[in-house]
Amino acid sequence: MIPVLSPWLLALPIALITVLPVAVVAAHLLHPDPALWAHLSEHVLPELLVNTAWLLAGVGAGVTLLGVSLAWLTAACEFPGRRFFTWALLLPLALPAYVTGFVWLGLLDFTGPLATWLREVWGIQTPPPIRSRAGVIVVMALALYPYVYLTARAAFLGQGRRLMEAAQSLGQSRWSGFWRVALPMARPGIVAGLLLALMETLADFGTVSVFNYNTFTTAIYKAWFSLFSLPAAAQLASILIGFVFLAAVLESAMRARRSYAASTRTAQAARIRLGGWRAGLALGWTGAVFLLAFVIPMGQIGLWAAAAFEQDFDARYLDFAWHSLLLSGLGALLVTALALALAYSQRLHPTPALRATVRLGALGYALPGAVLAVGVFIPVAWADNWLIDAFHLDGQVLAGTLLVMLLAYCARFMAVGFGPLESGLARITRSVDEAARILGVTGWRRLTRVHLPMLRVSLFTALALTFVDIMKELPITLMTRPFGWDTLAVRVFEMTAEGEWERAALPAAAIALAGLLPVYLLIRHSDREKTL
Amino acid sequence: MLLLENVAQSYGPKAVLKDIQFTLKPGQIGCLLGPSGCGKTTALRLVAGFEQLSAGAIYIDGQTVARPGFSLPPEQRRVGLVFQDYALFPHLSVAANVDFGLSHLPRRDRDYRVHEMLELVGLEAEAKAWPHQLSGGQQQRVALARALAPRPRLLLLDEPFSNLDVELREKLSLEVRDILKHEAITALLVTHDQHEAFAVADVVGVMNQGLIQQWDTPYRLYHEPANRFVADFVGQGVLLTGEVLNEHQVEIELGVLEGHLPTQCNAEKIEPECLNCERGCRVEVLIRPDDIIHDDSSLLMAEIERKAFRGAEFLYTLRLPSGARVLALVPSHHNHAIGERIGITLGVDHVVAFTA
Repeated sequence: MIPVLSPWLLALPIALITVLPVAVVAAHLLHPDPALWAHLSEHVLPELLVNTAWLLAGVGAGVTLLGVSLAWLTAACEFPGRRFFTWALLLPLALPAYVTGFVWLGLLDFTGPLATWLREVWGIQTPPPIRSRAGVIVVMALALYPYVYLTARAAFLGQGRRLMEAAQSLGQSRWSGFWRVALPMARPGIVAGLLLALMETLADFGTVSVFNYNTFTTAIYKAWFSLFSLPAAAQLASILIGFVFLAAVLESAMRARRSYAASTRTAQAARIRLGGWRAGLALGWTGAVFLLAFVIPMGQIGLWAAAAFEQDFDARYLDFAWHSLLLSGLGALLVTALALALAYSQRLHPTPALRATVRLGALGYALPGAVLAVGVFIPVAWADNWLIDAFHLDGQVLAGTLLVMLLAYCARFMAVGFGPLESGLARITRSVDEAARILGVTGWRRLTRVHLPMLRVSLFTALALTFVDIMKELPITLMTRPFGWDTLAVRVFEMTAEGEWERAALPAAAIALAGLLPVYLLIRHSDREKTL
Repeated sequence: MLLLENVAQSYGPKAVLKDIQFTLKPGQIGCLLGPSGCGKTTALRLVAGFEQLSAGAIYIDGQTVARPGFSLPPEQRRVGLVFQDYALFPHLSVAANVDFGLSHLPRRDRDYRVHEMLELVGLEAEAKAWPHQLSGGQQQRVALARALAPRPRLLLLDEPFSNLDVELREKLSLEVRDILKHEAITALLVTHDQHEAFAVADVVGVMNQGLIQQWDTPYRLYHEPANRFVADFVGQGVLLTGEVLNEHQVEIELGVLEGHLPTQCNAEKIEPECLNCERGCRVEVLIRPDDIIHDDSSLLMAEIERKAFRGAEFLYTLRLPSGARVLALVPSHHNHAIGERIGITLGVDHVVAFTA
C-alpha cells in the first residue's frame, strides 16, 4: 500500500469531481422554480421533447439497421473486400458527428458541390432536404453506427459455430438460423451498443446545432448564452440527466447480461460464401455505408481544407492548434493520472464502498458535456462569490480559467481513461503483487518497478483516447473557456454557424487526423483479441 | 526451522484451519497434501505472511513471525515463494526477474548471484530471454531461481507443478527435489497431487477440513493410514468386512490376515476392548490393489468385472463370491476377459483395520 495516502483520501476527492456537478444539476430536478418551470413547460419543453424523441427513435433505428447488417456481413459471410471492410467500417469513429454533419450540409447546400452537380448534370432542381429532421437522423446514424457494429460483431463472433451447427442439424438453413439463433443470442450485445449510441445522441451538441435542430443540449446552451439564465440552463440539464440516467441503468444491466452470453471462445463457424448477385449486394451495401460515412466526408474535408488553406491559414491557426494541443494534453495527463489513482486505490482496497466510489467517479462519460458545464459552473460561481466576499476581491477568480475547463473535462472523460487502466491492472494477477512483496519490493517502489512498466500500453491508450476526446469536445469548451480562447473545435463550430464550410474544414481536418489515432488503437486491439 | 503451533484461521464464521501443528527440521522438505478447499493453501499463505491467523503461532528459525494480532510483513520474513502461476514479471528479462529481490546487494554480488542461480536451474542460456518466450517448465525454474536468489530461510511452493503436462510434472518434481536437497533448503510444498507430494517431500501432512489428518512419511501414509480419509485419499483400495479372531489375526473373506494388527488406537481404529474382545468383533480391513496377487494355482476365485489397461499392468476390479469387490494390479501379460474367473491370493504386509 502507498504510505501516507490512504485509498479513501485518494478516491473520494476524485469521485467528487464527477459527483458534485451531477448532484448540483440533479438538485434542480428536485427543486423546480415554479415560474421558470411554467415558462419552460409551455414554450420550450414540448418542442424539445418531440425533437428528442424523434431523434432517439430515428438514430436508434438507423444505427441498429446499419450496425447489425454490417456486423453480420463481416462476421459470418465471405465476399470480395470483406477483410478490408471489417476494419474500414470502424473508421467513421474518427470523425466527430458534427464534422460529418457539416460536410453533408455543405455538399447539399444550394451552392454546394453535390447539389450543383445534381442540378447541372441531372437536372434535379431540389436536392434532398438535408437540413431537416431526417437529415440529422441520417447523418448521426452514419456517424454513430460503429458502436452497434462493434458490439454486435463481437456478439456474433463469440457465438462460435456450435449453436449454428446445432440449428442446422435440426433442419434450419443458415438464413433462418440467423433469425432464430444468432440474432436473438446477440441481442444483449446489440442493445448495449445501441444504448451507447443513444447516449451519444443525447449528449450531442455539435451536430444538432449545425442543423439548427433544437434539443436539450442546444437549449441549455441558448439559455446560458442568449438568455443569460443559468437557472433555466440548470433546469433543462436536470431533465436531460433523467434521460441519461435511464439509459445508463439500462446499459449496465445489458452489460451484465452480455458478459453472461459471452461463453468461452469456440471454433469460428465457417463463413457463408456469398456469390453472384448476393456478393454484389453485400459489397454494394458495405461500400455505400463506408463511402457515405467516411470517404466522402473525409475527402471533402481534404478538398475544402486545401482550398481554404491559402487564404485562411495564418497565425491565428497556430493559436487554435496550440490551444487545442495544450488543453487536450493537459486534460489527458490530468485525467490519466486521476484515473490511475482511482484504479489503483480500488486495487489496493477492494472493498464494496470504495468500489462504489470509484464507479461514481467514472460515471461522467454518460453525461452530456452541456450538463457538466452547467454543473461545474454553478459550484465554481459559488466558490468565486465566497472568495470575493472573504478577500474583498474585484472580480471572479476561478470562472473562465483553464482550471474550470480541466475539471469539467475530468468529470466527463474520467471513464475514458479509467477503462483501459482498470482492465490493464486487472490483467496483473495478485500473485505478481505478492511476488514483488515477498522479494522486498513494496509501496511506491512496487508501483514504479512493477505496475507502471506493466501498464505501459494501458497508460498510452488512456492518454491517447482522452487526448482525442478532449480535442473533439465542443459544449464544455464552448461554455467554460476563458474569453476569446478559441480551439480547433470552437473554430469549426463558429465557421459552421456561419455556413463557411471551406473555412470550417481546415480545423476539422486536424481534428479528424487526430481522431484516426484511437481508431487505429481500437483496430489493433480488436485484431489482437481476434474480434476483427 | 519451521514450527506451526495450534494454528487456526477463519473467514467470518467459517473456520478454514482448525488446529494445525507441525515442524520442519532444517533441510527437510514438507508437503501439505489434500483436496481443494482443505485449507492447505491458506496454511502456506499464513507462513508466507499474506494471511492473518486467529489462534496459535508460527515460528521460523525460532523467531515468532505470527501470532494473533501480530504478523511480520512478508517482505521481512526472508521466505521465498514459488507461485502456482509463477507470477514472473512479464516486463523483465529472465535475469532481471531473478535479480528483482537482490536490490540490497552491490551490483557485482547481484550479477554473480543471478548467474549462480540460473546455472543451478540450468537456464544460463536463457538469461536474456523474456518470460513469454519460455516453456512452462522453464518459467517454473525461473520462478524457483527468483525465489532462491535472496537466500530465503524457507522456501514455499504453491502447487508448483499443476500448470505443467503430466510427463513434465514427474520429471520436474524430481529435478526440484534434487536442487532443494543440493542446496540444503528447508521447503514447504502444497499440492493436491499425491504423486507430486511423494516425489518431492520427505514428510507429508494429509489435510482435510482444516485439520492435518496425518503427518508422516509417504511410505507410512500409504501403508499405515491413520484413518479412513487418509486411506481413501492416498492410493487406491477397498474396505472389506472382517472378523477379529484375536490380537494378531483378522479373518476376511479372502482368508486370515496375520501379524501387523495396529497397536496404537484412536477413535477410528480398533478400540483396545475390541482387540481383547472375543472373536466376532467386526472390523473393516483396507485392501490395496497390490495386496491382491494373481495366482492361477489358487483355489480362491474371483470374477473380473472391469479392467483398465495401465501399460505395465492391468487394474482389475474383481467380484468376490460374497459380492464384495476388490482391486488387483496384475502384470499386463495376464490379459483376461471381463467375466472370466481368475485365481487370487492375499499378500498383505500391513494390516490396516477400522471399526465397522
